[in-house]
Amino acid sequence: MAGEKTKTATREDDGTTLPGTAGLPRGGPIARHADSEAPVPRVTVNKAYKMYVGGAFVRSESGRYFQVRGSAVGHDPDPPTVNVPRASRKDVRDAVLVAHNAKVGWAARTPFNRGQILYRLAEVLESRSSELEASLVRGGTDGDEAAAEVDAAIDRAVFYAGMADKVSALVATHNPVSGPHFGFSIPEPMGVIGVIAPEKPTLLGLLSTVLPVVTTGNTAVALASELDPRTAILFCECLATSDFPGGVINVLTGHPFEVAPIMAKHREVTGIDAWLSDAELRTQVERLSADSVKRTKTHAPRDLEFWLGERQGQGIGWVEPFLETKTVWHPVGL
Amino acid sequence: MTDPDRTADRPSADLVKRETAVEKARQKTAALALEFGKAWEYAPAPETPDHIKLEERYQLFIGGKWMPPKSGKYFDTVSPSTEQTLAQVAEGNAEDVDRAVKAARHAYDKYWGKMRGAERAKYVFRIARALQEKARELAIVETMDGGKPIKESRDVDIPLASAHFFYNAGWADKLDYAFHGRKVRPLGVAGQVIPWNFPLLMAAWKIAPAIACGNTVVLKPAETTPLTALLLAQIIEEAELPPGVVNIVTGAGETGAALVAHPDVNKVAFTGSTDVGKKIQRALAGSGKRLTLELGGKAANIVFADAPLDQAVEGIVGGIYFNQGHVCCAGSRLLVEESVHDILVRKLKDRMATLRLGDPLDKNTDVGAINSRAQLERIKELVLSGEREGAERFSAPCELPGKGFWFPPTFFTNASQSCRIAREEIFGPVLTIMTFRTPDEAIEKANNTMYGLSAGIWTDKGSKIFHVATRLQAGVIWANTYNKFDPSSPFGGYKESGFGREGGRQGLAAYLEVQ
Repeated sequence: MAGEKTKTATREDDGTTLPGTAGLPRGGPIARHADSEAPVPRVTVNKAYKMYVGGAFVRSESGRYFQVRGSAVGHDPDPPTVNVPRASRKDVRDAVLVAHNAKVGWAARTPFNRGQILYRLAEVLESRSSELEASLVRGGTDGDEAAAEVDAAIDRAVFYAGMADKVSALVATHNPVSGPHFGFSIPEPMGVIGVIAPEKPTLLGLLSTVLPVVTTGNTAVALASELDPRTAILFCECLATSDFPGGVINVLTGHPFEVAPIMAKHREVTGIDAWLSDAELRTQVERLSADSVKRTKTHAPRDLEFWLGERQGQGIGWVEPFLETKTVWHPVGL
Repeated sequence: MTDPDRTADRPSADLVKRETAVEKARQKTAALALEFGKAWEYAPAPETPDHIKLEERYQLFIGGKWMPPKSGKYFDTVSPSTEQTLAQVAEGNAEDVDRAVKAARHAYDKYWGKMRGAERAKYVFRIARALQEKARELAIVETMDGGKPIKESRDVDIPLASAHFFYNAGWADKLDYAFHGRKVRPLGVAGQVIPWNFPLLMAAWKIAPAIACGNTVVLKPAETTPLTALLLAQIIEEAELPPGVVNIVTGAGETGAALVAHPDVNKVAFTGSTDVGKKIQRALAGSGKRLTLELGGKAANIVFADAPLDQAVEGIVGGIYFNQGHVCCAGSRLLVEESVHDILVRKLKDRMATLRLGDPLDKNTDVGAINSRAQLERIKELVLSGEREGAERFSAPCELPGKGFWFPPTFFTNASQSCRIAREEIFGPVLTIMTFRTPDEAIEKANNTMYGLSAGIWTDKGSKIFHVATRLQAGVIWANTYNKFDPSSPFGGYKESGFGREGGRQGLAAYLEVQ
């Protein structure tokens, strides 16, 4: 199937740069071509961007793609237009299946263990912060904002790392029933949660929506921002090198108008957290959710300040919508 | 190796010996069957309804006044045990619903939303007390209108309804502490639609937390059981709540549809069938209204071989025959460990022989009338499907009264998971019994349903309870007990049994915006 056409980059041939190069080599004289006296531009190796499903990087089974053009960043004043997989119905179903299979093992881990894995993710993110920042800028985020976004994203991972083993203390209850019974109500993960990450901020938005879902033992199938899917894929590379088991967080790239309704219809998806700019699409997702009594929350876009905020952009309120309450009774007596 | 004795047409001596032993054991078991004789025939002990004065015709309770419906129409509410008309009830239409929502909005803006929690609490406490004072009357009317045994309405429905008001009243001035200091505020006008199986109790589950949290309410009771909600309206009137805080609009499905669709309703709470629940969720898409759903169930009641079997039998009977099985969380699928299947079935039959079915007003009655003719037809149809699909039916040997709607306590053995009686909610006194061999098989079978409201576990081993309980996809798990309810205990389902909880601190979240 054909991809969507986007404008190809216009390049002025002023004789100093060549198409497909990143200007002069970064290494200076050492990187000079052996046969040449003068420094020559080095041809860069472009990455093939893939989705992250079940701990592996995969193309769309459909072979479809969409194109993303980058903004100038650092040494690369004119990054190339790249092809990104355009997730199909089958891709969503494959990812849900993987997430479904991962959910029993993930939920069975102790909250302490899940917390450690989330903290490990924060460590990996920190070590790649400059790369994430550059990726955001290439994806169109303003430089200062990109730095703030990456910092907040790392801190968010730390926040939810520490949340995993606190949720129960915050929401569980002992129920003082009138009678000879001992009763309590505890939070449990719901299962597979579909996440449509906000368009902006691309990195912080994805972390802020996915991490509260998985910290409690749910698994997630997320659709990355279609504006800057490459930063999301870079985030997946961090996931892949953290201790997250494959299948717990799965990230698709594609279009919300295609993917969100498919998630809403899928019976194995227990809940949805959808950040959609199109009000009609929000309504459609809610309507389709009714067929399986899905726990669906839809939201209109919010500004960067909202996402950066420690009171608004994170908290127990982000975790609760994707928890079930299980009440257990047992008689008391000899 | 071939054994000359083991041919198809000539059973071996071993086999003959074994079969004889099995037959002897069977005869011994048959001889052990309890002979009750006339021991369980009790003299009638009816609760007298003499002092109950029902009005001939009930109006709508809107804005603190009793108002005739704009439709001009009334419908009969009938006693399912005698088929006698008890009263006429107003049929509210969309215009009536609109009047009620306006009254509720006015009450919210003018009084209730602004009132201090401590003051609201005292109004709600008043309702709790009045329910206790009028408990006898309410129990009798509940039984007459719905057909449930008086001992259930007297000992369960009415005391629990009062307890819900009492419990939630105490929250009204403590909401600031309920969510770890997070700011809360009421939602506004709540539209609530309730079913016919626990008419007053469901009204209490809905109204008490809603008004304690500072919302105002328009409630639509079920069309076959509107009377106790109207008596509750009288109590609310006598408790001098500000007009419009609670409005009761009687009617059928269309009235309920008009209520949930009303644009000025902020919150919808529905208890009823999964089909209708899905319709409501669909209808509310994009409206921004908050929604909680408490829908159907097909609960697994799991009995392990190490369970105290006699207690389990009591739990099974209470689980499925309580309120004629008109219970969303009824233990309608019995999963028995194979090794104790036969003995458990025998004990169950013995126990069922002692169940007394008949006049719901009789204090000795265990099983009352089916709520309506339509429901009776549905039960009969599903039972017929069970027979057709090859399951073995047993119905308690009891005489059914000539008038009214009745169905004997019944169970099926030899049912498979694919049978309709193992998949669909029957909402009647019909149990489907299946077996399992390992805990894993029990868990898998228990979870093999679109529902997830409740489940039961019977075993003497504590660690097994927790192992199984954490793996069952159900909102309420009763271990070595069944069908227990309390206002402090959150109730609600997983999967297609709905979302949101009622009861406990968790139940408040449905009626508050927590920031």
